[in-house]
Amino acid sequence: MNLLEIDDLHVTVGETPILVGLNLRIPAGEVHAVMGPNGAGKSTLSYAVAGREGYDVTKGDIRLGGESLLALGPDERARRGVFLAFQYPVEVPGVRSKPFLRAAVNAVRKARGQAELDPGAFLKFLRKTLESVRLDEALTNRDLNSGFSGGEKKRFDILQMALLEPRFCILDETDSGLDIDAMRVVADGVNAMRTPERSMLVITHYQRLLDYIVPDVVHVLKDGRIMRSGDKSLVAELEARGYEWVTSP
Amino acid sequence: MVSMSASAEVIAEFTEKKYAAGFVTDIESETLPPGLDEDTVRFISGKKDEPEWLLEFRLKAYRHWLTLEEPTWAHVGYPEIDYQAMSYWSAPKVKGNLKSLDEVDPELLRTYEKLGIPLYERAILAGVAVDAVFDSVSIATTYKDQLKEKGIIFCSFSEAAREHPELIKASLGSVVPYTDNYFAALNSAVFSDGSFIYIPKGVRCPMELSTYFRINEKKTGQFERTLIVAEEGSYVSYLEGCTAPMRDENQLHAAVVELVALERAEIKYSTVQNWYPGDAEGKGGIYNFVTKRGVCRGRASKISWTQVETGSAITWKYPSCILQGDDSVGEFYSVALSNHRQQADTGTKMIHLGKNTRSTIVSKGIAAGHGKQTYRGLVRIAKKADGARNHTQCDSLLLGGACTADTVPYIEVQNDSAQVEHEATTSTISDDQLFYLMQRGLGEEDAVNLIVNGFCKEVFRELPMEFAVEAQRLIEVSLEGAIG
Repeated sequence: MNLLEIDDLHVTVGETPILVGLNLRIPAGEVHAVMGPNGAGKSTLSYAVAGREGYDVTKGDIRLGGESLLALGPDERARRGVFLAFQYPVEVPGVRSKPFLRAAVNAVRKARGQAELDPGAFLKFLRKTLESVRLDEALTNRDLNSGFSGGEKKRFDILQMALLEPRFCILDETDSGLDIDAMRVVADGVNAMRTPERSMLVITHYQRLLDYIVPDVVHVLKDGRIMRSGDKSLVAELEARGYEWVTSP
Repeated sequence: MVSMSASAEVIAEFTEKKYAAGFVTDIESETLPPGLDEDTVRFISGKKDEPEWLLEFRLKAYRHWLTLEEPTWAHVGYPEIDYQAMSYWSAPKVKGNLKSLDEVDPELLRTYEKLGIPLYERAILAGVAVDAVFDSVSIATTYKDQLKEKGIIFCSFSEAAREHPELIKASLGSVVPYTDNYFAALNSAVFSDGSFIYIPKGVRCPMELSTYFRINEKKTGQFERTLIVAEEGSYVSYLEGCTAPMRDENQLHAAVVELVALERAEIKYSTVQNWYPGDAEGKGGIYNFVTKRGVCRGRASKISWTQVETGSAITWKYPSCILQGDDSVGEFYSVALSNHRQQADTGTKMIHLGKNTRSTIVSKGIAAGHGKQTYRGLVRIAKKADGARNHTQCDSLLLGGACTADTVPYIEVQNDSAQVEHEATTSTISDDQLFYLMQRGLGEEDAVNLIVNGFCKEVFRELPMEFAVEAQRLIEVSLEGAIG
């Protein structure tokens, strides 16, 4: 069964059409990679799925578990299980990480009909999860992403992914700015979350990350559309030949 | 997805909820006809059965007021106030002298119940004594007897003028003389009621003392007068709250508050100001023009002002500390919010006279809608104030593009050994931040509140616990619909 279905998606940013008829199917439990050159519309795809304002869907549909997401705000999509690990996680000075994490976890738990976690139960859950991404609890006593190193920010996003237990995860160039050790930690965290129910969309420029997070299917996004899809051998081919040779769907 | 009509209902509900204290109490009042002259002053003094010297004080203040002009330097704009068009006295009608709360008009008691300020002691928040001021008079003061056992006096100003004239005479006008400014002079002439607190030597007041100010009658000004005297080595924490009905006209609240702290005494003065702010178009609302000042008269004394200002159409307010005693400490923690057409020109003055005096200023201004925020602060280090230190932190948060925030610091240093630091920041809530928080499942208002509360937390943590929660809720209600 497909968890995510994107049909003939057209997305405009400002006046500029970025995605022009994108189709994508991701069955439950699969990890798909989207690769493509700069400016192909990779980040636009992730923002359009997450429901960011300013990314206007002019045609087509995005469905999660059969339900169209288009009329929903970003918070409602998040509560239905869409998670976006940001290319550049945002600093929010003044907002302490730990209370924020608890508020977010309880917002999605409530939407799933689960009981909210009291501070004690949450702390237990948090500590267990911190271990899995090898982050120090001290970080959660600081303001959200404020003054975190690049690697800490990325791992903190993966921590949130693990805490929120989403159905569908988008990793938007999560490898950018990470050294090889940090990337391994992130990849381990992501791999630990692969389940038969959960699907993931890994957006990346490079082969590197896909050596660690091995995709079931690889798509090439170019000129606002998926131009080619294949198994993971496509990654090596792209690495060898570049994106130029992919010219038509 | 919520249907259009349902979301319109939600919005309507928010707007109506917005100012929950906006109701009018239907009660028979004795109200002076509008107008101000010497007879008005005599009438008020007579109503309160005041001693002759106090009437003289009022008359001198009135005559001085006539020579003054309304100040225009603040960054606020409003139509000219007609001081002859408002009433200077309004009091709910009572029969004779009240012996207990049971004799108070039930309608009045209900008013305070509705505002969440029950006046029956058994129903009150544990450990908080309340003086309730309704228009020009104090309705009731709770826990008086328990406080009396420790020698603490907590009563209405009017009662203090009759029962403890020597204490009033010694301090009234000693921190804010009637010549101080236009509104202080006006207040000194026509002040109605407020609280008087006296903490004897070495006594730590065992509970929070608080005054709840309520304006009810239309076309009436309220002229609060509060005086707190803390003797050597004593401590008191005081909190005031304020609300008024929603009316289309503007009403004036011109208060004077004086604090006196003697050697090693500490006064903590907190305000949660929620006067009616006017509607979204700027119609109606309270003009809050107040003079609040404390003097750290004794060595190592401390005065701390904490204010959360969410209400009023216009706020003109600079709670200040005169640090006269050596090693004395002044603090000012402020959150001021202007939404819609609200204007606030607020800040503090820290006057360092004694040696090794220290002051801290933390000001957080939040502007939304067409709100106008100005921080205005003076730090003065006098010649003899060796080793004086000040730290000022002044932050503004702008929500939306139509609001403004200004910072106007004045620093005057006459002593080379002084250390004065001033930091200022201006920030907004970015789309990136909002999207990030919402992507984690938080609703838009929750996301905004999280950021705003984070912005205010340095100030909120200075408030007594129960009131910190109240202040946070007030800010949230005041900002409903400010974004998006």
